[in-house]
Amino acid sequence: MRRNRVGWLLLSPTLIILFLVGIVPFIYVLYVGFFEWNLFSSDRAMNFVGVNNYRRLVFDERFLDALWVTIRFTFFAVISQLVIGFFLAQSLLKNFPGKVLFRIVHTLPLMIAPISIGAIWRLLTIPGFGPIPFLLQNWFNIDYNIGRNADQAFLTIILMDIWHWTPFVTLTLLAGLSALPAEPREAAMVDGANSWQIFRYVTLPLMRPIILTVLFIRIMDALRTVDEINMLSNGGGPGTATRTLGIHIFRVVFPQTDYGYGSAMSLLTLYFTIVICWLLFVSLTQLRGSRGNDGGER
Amino acid sequence: MRRTRQIIDYALTYGLWIVVAAITLLPVWWMIVVSARSRVELFNAPDLIIRSFYVQNYTDVINNRTFQGYMINSIIISTANAVLVTVLALMATYALSRYKLVGSDNIFFTTLTQRMAPPAAFLLPLFLLFTQLFAVGEGRSRWDLYDSHLGLILLYCVFNLPFAIWLLKGIIDAIPPELDEAAFVDGANTFHVITRIILPLAAPGLAVTLILSWIFAWNEYLFAATLTAFEARTITTGLAEFVTVTGTNWGAMAAVSTLTLIPSVIVVIFAQRYIIAGLTFGAVKD
Repeated sequence: MRRNRVGWLLLSPTLIILFLVGIVPFIYVLYVGFFEWNLFSSDRAMNFVGVNNYRRLVFDERFLDALWVTIRFTFFAVISQLVIGFFLAQSLLKNFPGKVLFRIVHTLPLMIAPISIGAIWRLLTIPGFGPIPFLLQNWFNIDYNIGRNADQAFLTIILMDIWHWTPFVTLTLLAGLSALPAEPREAAMVDGANSWQIFRYVTLPLMRPIILTVLFIRIMDALRTVDEINMLSNGGGPGTATRTLGIHIFRVVFPQTDYGYGSAMSLLTLYFTIVICWLLFVSLTQLRGSRGNDGGER
Repeated sequence: MRRTRQIIDYALTYGLWIVVAAITLLPVWWMIVVSARSRVELFNAPDLIIRSFYVQNYTDVINNRTFQGYMINSIIISTANAVLVTVLALMATYALSRYKLVGSDNIFFTTLTQRMAPPAAFLLPLFLLFTQLFAVGEGRSRWDLYDSHLGLILLYCVFNLPFAIWLLKGIIDAIPPELDEAAFVDGANTFHVITRIILPLAAPGLAVTLILSWIFAWNEYLFAATLTAFEARTITTGLAEFVTVTGTNWGAMAAVSTLTLIPSVIVVIFAQRYIIAGLTFGAVKD
């Protein structure tokens, strides 16, 4: 009994910080979301408006637009990363001289500040002296300008995310692949399966839990991407082509000091993320449970 | 026949990885090239070779008072946050690992949900908290968390503590509890057990926690940009400030970006093996 008190004592600083800076804002935003409160309005007081803020949100085209951009961005970026990452992880399974060096280089983007990644890609794509528009113009005669062309800008933020996060997928899947038991693959080989069949019917099912883990983490992170896109496209331009939910809150809602409405939007964003994550988590744990043990992981 | 296939296989793997390495490194290299160009040379055709190094981009930035402040702020905030996170996570994980606390599984899981939350959703409430709720005094003697080092240090704990606890849990669980029991029998108290037994045995894991928390805090931009004004601005916000409506000094911006990159490169070289464990919350070990 006495020792449990020591346990709580050791845990308390962590709980206090998480409560004050993690939970309290959440409760506060829930509360403010029911009020109309704008520091720029003539009446700076908080007026209770019930669910009006939420009603406004459902018809807010800019919000829905940002939501749609976020979903499209997440979908295309994560799918591409998964495919490329799996391919690269497979190639890292065999040993070859210099593998360690290639791995170190591959890991680099993961640790670069997202804002720096935005800066790096901005320097690559600037009309005038960036190499990408220069080469596309000179070699293929393509007019590439992410300040004007919405489709090109959207494609560029996806490419940037692929550049940034594929290493994470590669290395995580590699950890899973190298932990797989060799017997099922050998047995399939003895039975005369070709490499595609081994991949499709042996490796992929065994890798399922770890693929879901990777998807879970990647989707979670892609949904909240702000820094690099904000830096690359200068706040989600051209127009709203690359304005994700995070950028919308950061660049449009936050400066307007429309606190009540912004709180409602923040909460809905949070809710939306939690629902997606929860759905993923349920499918993840159910798969694990039905397998009896966590197959792909060490 | 088999040998030829093996050679082709090798060649393909090498070809693939040389391309991957080039795609990874060339954009970074281009940034360094731009940081070495003067305003006049900027619009020359893209080039991989640095013909003359325009050092002024760097010296201007390093000698700039404002920028020095940003740099020092970043170092103070990252270091304080990393130390705080590591110490608190060690205590918390020890408690979660050794004591049967009511609801400890829930605590463990709740920490994970902190990571799911999109930071943008917390911008507004945290801004309000920092300026309105956690504020003492009025007028000139008013004190609040807004634009203070402490505010950011505590805030980054919310993002770093969960990952630190998840990472350390496996490591501390692996230390046999018999060791603590033996020490307790010899009359040691909990503080001694943690500092003399757990600390040395978990040292590599703690070092990784320290390094990764440091770099995550160093890299953070969104909150630093919205919750600070002048006093506690960090280097990442400084980088974003370079892009202005009136025109950007691209060379200087590239120089700042290159300076920001240095810690990342060091971490990648020395802690490469642990990055995946850190990013997957210890769920995947490499």
